[in-house]
This record gives sequence, C-alpha cells and structure tokens, in this order.
Amino acid sequence: MSDHNYTPSSKFGKWFNDRLPLLTLANHLTDYPTPKNLNYWWTFGGILTFCLITQIITGLVLAMHYIAHADLAFSSVEHIMRDVNYGWLIRYIHANGASMFFLAVYIHIFRSLFYGSYKAPREIIWILGIMIYLLMMAAAFMGYVLPWGQMSFWGATVITNLFSAIPLVGESITTWLWGGYSVDNPTLTRFFTLHYLIPFLILGLVVLHIWALHVPGNNNPVGIDIQKPSKDTVPFHPYIVIKDLFALLLFMIVFAFFVFYSPNILGHADNYIEANPLVTPAHIVPEWYLLPFYAILRSIPDKLLGVVAMLSAIFILAALPWLDTSKVRSAVFRPLYKQFYWILVIDVLILGYVGAMPAEGLYLLIARVATAYYFLHFLLILPILGKIEKTTPLPLSITSPVLGGSADLAMAKNTDVRKEKL
Amino acid sequence: MSDEKKPNRRDFIFTATAAVGAVGAGAAAWPLIDQMNPDASVKALASTEVDVSSLQPGQSVTVLWRGKPVFIKRRTENEINEARNVIISDLKHPEKDEDRAKNPEWLVMLGVCTHLGCVPLGDKGEYGGWFCPCHGSHYDTSGRIRKGPAPTNLEIPKYEFVNSNTIKIG
Repeated sequence: MSDHNYTPSSKFGKWFNDRLPLLTLANHLTDYPTPKNLNYWWTFGGILTFCLITQIITGLVLAMHYIAHADLAFSSVEHIMRDVNYGWLIRYIHANGASMFFLAVYIHIFRSLFYGSYKAPREIIWILGIMIYLLMMAAAFMGYVLPWGQMSFWGATVITNLFSAIPLVGESITTWLWGGYSVDNPTLTRFFTLHYLIPFLILGLVVLHIWALHVPGNNNPVGIDIQKPSKDTVPFHPYIVIKDLFALLLFMIVFAFFVFYSPNILGHADNYIEANPLVTPAHIVPEWYLLPFYAILRSIPDKLLGVVAMLSAIFILAALPWLDTSKVRSAVFRPLYKQFYWILVIDVLILGYVGAMPAEGLYLLIARVATAYYFLHFLLILPILGKIEKTTPLPLSITSPVLGGSADLAMAKNTDVRKEKL
Repeated sequence: MSDEKKPNRRDFIFTATAAVGAVGAGAAAWPLIDQMNPDASVKALASTEVDVSSLQPGQSVTVLWRGKPVFIKRRTENEINEARNVIISDLKHPEKDEDRAKNPEWLVMLGVCTHLGCVPLGDKGEYGGWFCPCHGSHYDTSGRIRKGPAPTNLEIPKYEFVNSNTIKIG
C-alpha cells in the first residue's frame, strides 16, 4: 500500500508519528483507493456509522433521565417526553433512529447480496457484518423493553420464552435470564445494562468490519478485482466523503420526516399503556424490522422447531459465502441470479407483511410457503445456480467498458452510448 | 519441539498450570453468572392465599403469584363433563382431567401459555376453554392444549385448600 511511505510534513508531526502512527492511519483513510464506479448503494456504510453515533449520543442523554425500575420506568419516560428540555426530540430521534438504523442496514445487506460483496476475499467482512446485525437486533429488542409499556413487557416475555424451547435446561435458562419467575424488575435492570453495553460492542465490531474492508478494498458494481491504486480508483477523500455526505443529507430528510411528522407511526399504541402482567395485548407484534423472522417463527407449528427455524434464518446468512458457489460476484453478469435475487427480496417483504398479520388461515399458509422458499433460496437455489448458470462476459477492468475495451462488445457499445449522453 | 518426543516434565507443568487456571477462572465466573438467578427476596414471595368464597360456578378469578397470573376457575357441570369425556389418546399432551383438578369443581392453573408465555383469554377458543391471542393456541376446559403451537398443557402449580373457602398457591 502507498501509505507505508507516508512522512508527515511538520517536524512535530514526524516526532509524534514515529511514536504513535496516528497520522499514518489518517493518511491511509484519506488516500484509501476506492473504485470509481461505486454507486449510491455504497453510501449506506457511512449512513450506518452516522446512525450508530446518533443512537449512542441520544442514548447517553436519555440515560441521564431514565430510571430503570419496574415502578418508575414508564413514568420516567413520560417525564422525558413532557418535562425534560427537548426530551421529546431526543427520545423521538432515539426511537425512530433505531428504525432508520435497520432501514439502512437492510439496504446495506441487500446491496451485498446483489453485488456479491460477501464472496472471497471478503467473507470475514461479511461475517463481522452479520455479528453486528445480530447485536443490533439484541440492542433494539432490549431498548424496546425499557419504556415498560404493554408491548415492552409482552415482547420481552415472548422473546425470553424462546429460550424455554431448549430441551432440558430451557426453563432454568429462562429463569436465569429473568432473575425471577417472570419478566420483572430484575429483568428490566439487566436489560438496561446490556442495552447500554451493546452499542459499544457494535462500535468495536464496526472498527474490525472497516479494518477487514481496507485489506482487499471495496467491492464494486462490476464485481471484478481491480488494481489499487490505478486509474480504476479515486482517493476516499474528497470523492467518496462528499458523495457519502450528500447521500447522508438525503437520508436525514427521511429521518427528520419520521421524527417531526409521524414519530409514533412505527411504534405501537399499546406501548403507551403501562406494563400489566395480567393482561396480554390482543395482538402482539414486534417492531417492523423483526417481522420476517417473527413470521418464520410462527409458521412452524412446533415450539422448538419454530425457534430453530427462526435462528437458522439468521445464521444461514453467515454461511452464504460458501453456499453461493458462483465465482462471479455481481448480479449484473448473472442473468438467472438477478431474477432469484428479486424473488428473495419479494419473499422477505411478504414474510414481513404476514409477520404483522394474525397467524391463521391464508396468512399462515402464505407464511409457510414464504418460509420454505427462504430456505430453498439459500440451501438449494444458490449452490446449484453457481454450477449451471451461464454468466455474461466480465469486463477486463472498470475503465475498459467505458473506453470500449470490454470483452463484451455489446456492453462496450452500450456504455459508449451512455457516455455520449453524459 | 519434535513430534516424536514423549511428554516431559515441562509439558506436565504447562498442562497442570492451564488446568488450575481454568478451574480458577470458572470459580471466579460462577458468582458473576449466578447473581442473575432469582434472588432471596424474589424467592421469598413463594406462596399466596386466595379467598374464593365469592366465585359462582362458571366464574373465574386471576391472581398474581410469583409475577405470573394464576387462573382459578369454578367449573360448571357441563365444563367438567366436557373435560372428563375426552379420549385421552387424542390429546397432544395426554393428561386426565382427574389428575389436573383434584376437586373437579375447581381448576387452578398458571395463566401462562406454554408456547411463549402470553396470558390466554378465558371462555374462548374452539374447545370452550382458553385461547391464546398471541400465536393461536386453543386449550380445553381442563386447560389442556388441543390445537396450536403450544407444546404442553397449562401448568398446574402446587396448591391446596386451606379450608373450603381459601386456596393456598405455592
């Protein structure tokens, strides 16, 4: 890499850098060679960093006013909403920020799926990403419990009861998680502690995620290996920084719309009723970002197998680099995979929809078909597709199709036309 | 180190040190793990006494015991007959009603769905007993699972009649 030879220009800088090479790191991050054909789907890494920082800062402030006690939690949240200066704003940013975080992470994940970013040599980046996603779900779930409303309480009850499906030790584990015989004050205080801890664990994993990314460098929409640095790359700063900031501004408009115009649309009215262990709300649903997995859980009429299926649906993603046998990364050159990709997107959206509906009749049938297809996609379609699919020719470099040097003449022509338009 | 060599004194010391270290780490971790189990004050709330003298046949009352709802139902003749005339082999979790309700008129059980812990609704469902709104489990008039994802019947806690009007749970 080029930054091995970096020497700070000032004398003090050189003195400092010899002792702690922070300036070398800063130089690496600014000069970091980035494929010049990255599209806007690649801006979500930066957006996600923004989401994490926002959640940490707003969370820190909320923790100054929140009281983690079963008798006081609910009213302390109302106190934040009504009495604390700008408390309503900070809490609405934090609550909607979780949804925005998941919106961005789903786009980020599906971008990886489309462009094959999980394939060699980027498997570790992908697995670190799945670990971050798992921690995000844990943090979001525990955060939702803290206001101690009806959905908080019953959501916590249902999710912690998932562990009781484990044979033999399930009941003991559930009791241990609760610190009692039901979800109660000990559960709330430990959830608060863990909710406070997890974002910092995520932050640590994000550092590893980016570190692992900077070894092979970014994948790109064409999905081919590139020389770094070369005429195929641009320095991270200012090119990508400015593009990321622009995308972030657009994202913040969506974020602000939710915070200021419909701050409760993604939540449930039941959570403005204080937790009551004697009454279960008529219709328990998790937050929207967990619905596809909830649909998988409910689609299986056996407790243990339902839990196993739901967890498998998440962990199967970690095995994706080995399940997808195709050597070609980008779906642009995989005519069949491209179609199956969109079927998977629709399948997950359907799962999300039926997850919000009652588990009966037609909804249950749809959930079962969609669950079966989800596993079929990863366990059968992807391994076979890589063997039988006839991919279209890859360009020799990012630059060559633009300059007419593509292996695929038709594509070279197309891009030429596009270039003329520009 | 060569592969052919037999374990020597140094290998023994390494293994012994690692073993003692592992035991020490385990011993140090246990208090940190066990502190999350129910504490003395939670365990102390182990039993509750309920006055059921005001309940008419067909009525039920829900009381809180160890943070969980307990259903106490005074069953009608019909409900008892329905519960007792079921063919046991048809049940997902075969249990005789006689074993679940010592006194046939009184059914005492945890109001916690054995699927994922929601509170089932009374006098609902396809079997005239309880219905869990969360994931659609149907229980009969003996609280036995008949349809839906719940694996077992509603649990019967330890209870006794202190006198004809009072039930002690726990």
